[in-house]
Amino acid sequence: MATVTLKNLKKSFGPTDVIHGIDMDIADGEFVVIVGPSGCGKSTLLRMVAGLETVTSGEVQIDGRVVNNEEPMDRDIAMVFQNYALYPHMSVFDNMAYGLKIAKVPKPEIADRVATAAKLLQLEPYLQRKPRELSGGQRQRVAMGRAIVRKPAVFLFDEPLSNLDAKLRVQMRLEIKQLQRELGVTSLYVTHDQVEAMTLADRMIVMNAGVADQIGAPLDVYANPATEFVAGFIGSPPTNFIDAALIGGGGGGGGRIGIRPEHVRLTDQGQLEAVVGYAEALGAETLIHLRAKDGGQITVRQDAGQPIPHEGQTCALDWDTAQVMRFDANGMRQ
Amino acid sequence: MSERNGMVEKRGGGLWLTHLGLIIGVAFIFFPIWLAFVASTVDQQEIVRPPMPLLPGDQLIENYTKALTSGVNAPVAAMLLNSLIMAMGIAIGKIAISLLSAFAIVYFRFPGRKLFFWLIFLTLMLPVEVRIVPTFEVIANFGMLNSYSGLILPLIASATATFLFRQFFMTVPDELAEAARVDGAKPMRFFIDILLPMSRTNIAALFVILFIYGWNQYLWPLLITTDPSMNTIVMGIKQMFPSGDDIADWPVIMATSILAMVPPVIVVVGMQKLFIRGLVESEK
Repeated sequence: MATVTLKNLKKSFGPTDVIHGIDMDIADGEFVVIVGPSGCGKSTLLRMVAGLETVTSGEVQIDGRVVNNEEPMDRDIAMVFQNYALYPHMSVFDNMAYGLKIAKVPKPEIADRVATAAKLLQLEPYLQRKPRELSGGQRQRVAMGRAIVRKPAVFLFDEPLSNLDAKLRVQMRLEIKQLQRELGVTSLYVTHDQVEAMTLADRMIVMNAGVADQIGAPLDVYANPATEFVAGFIGSPPTNFIDAALIGGGGGGGGRIGIRPEHVRLTDQGQLEAVVGYAEALGAETLIHLRAKDGGQITVRQDAGQPIPHEGQTCALDWDTAQVMRFDANGMRQ
Repeated sequence: MSERNGMVEKRGGGLWLTHLGLIIGVAFIFFPIWLAFVASTVDQQEIVRPPMPLLPGDQLIENYTKALTSGVNAPVAAMLLNSLIMAMGIAIGKIAISLLSAFAIVYFRFPGRKLFFWLIFLTLMLPVEVRIVPTFEVIANFGMLNSYSGLILPLIASATATFLFRQFFMTVPDELAEAARVDGAKPMRFFIDILLPMSRTNIAALFVILFIYGWNQYLWPLLITTDPSMNTIVMGIKQMFPSGDDIADWPVIMATSILAMVPPVIVVVGMQKLFIRGLVESEK
């Protein structure tokens, strides 16, 4: 159990700045998800906390102790890697026990801890198998088990679910969340999948090009995105952006407004006209993609019961002014 | 796999024809070895009187006993032992050194890393024969003539093996090294616990190749061993030919040749399974 503090954390590879200064306090037992598109520096950030990358400037503190120059093993962390990084020649038991063996934990205790973790993760029947004899989901569990047996102060997850198929991903997502609740270990979790971020996080960091655009609880971030990037990245389908000038009364300045697909209605008379491109009926809801006069794409999400317009039909779009998010020319929320 | 005979299945006449071709090929290659074996089982008179016998004679035990215990210059048993020590020393030493140097080159960032790699690579282009005079000079000055270390050390560095292990290590995912680091393994611990077991098939394949390489060394042992008791078997065979008008003891020489072949064959057959796996499969 521990807190993690990042103070003006920066990283550059040679002349290239990758992370431009991140500040954050992570409370004891909190589940924080770092989310962003690929190349935004989220993995680098995690690896700096892990000690696998050096810190260019700033501080990483674990439980109030500056760990910038400590080796990963001295930081009291455990990490789950994207490709699991299981030792191929060792059995599941040995994979989980390896860190403890190095730490010279007495043998009976190793056996005990591995048995507990295996029970928790339903890996008991597989302890003597080699990783290649396991399915993807089971390998993922072994990687988790390897982290759990160490009883670390902080769990670090580097896109642990991206190698699994969609169904298993949903299932493992729930299991990870449940496990973290049970163990109450502070966790940092990197993903590019905003659904994973929304469902897992107590708080999330939305990263964009090496900057933390917003840090907050998932629903707050969804309801109140701080920047145009966050509004566009969090939520699926993404927020519609419309030039303020197009709907009049924008006040000039080249800003845009953002409006979530579920807040747009198709009506006879509205604030904007658009031509229906195509509709995706997903069962419970229907996504209608339209093209505005200036060529901008607009998506409307409506319940399945409502009528679906034909392709090529011109519709009027309407929304409540209260739902509108205004962004200035630099993408900042006004 | 075992039920299918490769990509193209042949039946009937074609199958027999293929086998016939292969059998002829094998017989063609095997015949000289057979002749050597036959020659090692008959006595001197039968060999020098044409035509050469094609069936084994009755002198097998006598000839082999004579070769093993007394030989011509030195007993073959001693030469076999010398060869074994040299071949094992070269194979094990080469593997140990190239594993370590490949580990250093792949996993550590140190100044001149590229330079060292290319220096090692460069030695690929210099076989023993090219650098034999300076090497001899060095070994002679160290007083290593007629010694096992003199036989082994100059041949122990191996660019090929270093290169092979480097290529293998580069296929090992970085995350594995990172996971070991998070688990608290220091570099040598990672090397011994993770990298070595993962390279065991490569090591086996290399061992076979290098053992035979060491066993078949001819020129170098010929140069630095003047004492017959330090002769290795491959050069020993040559030494058995009389220099003047003496009569060569062909049955004993042939018995020695056959004996010289046995250890490499044992190594190849014994490690065949690992050997092939090491060449074909890269374990992920």
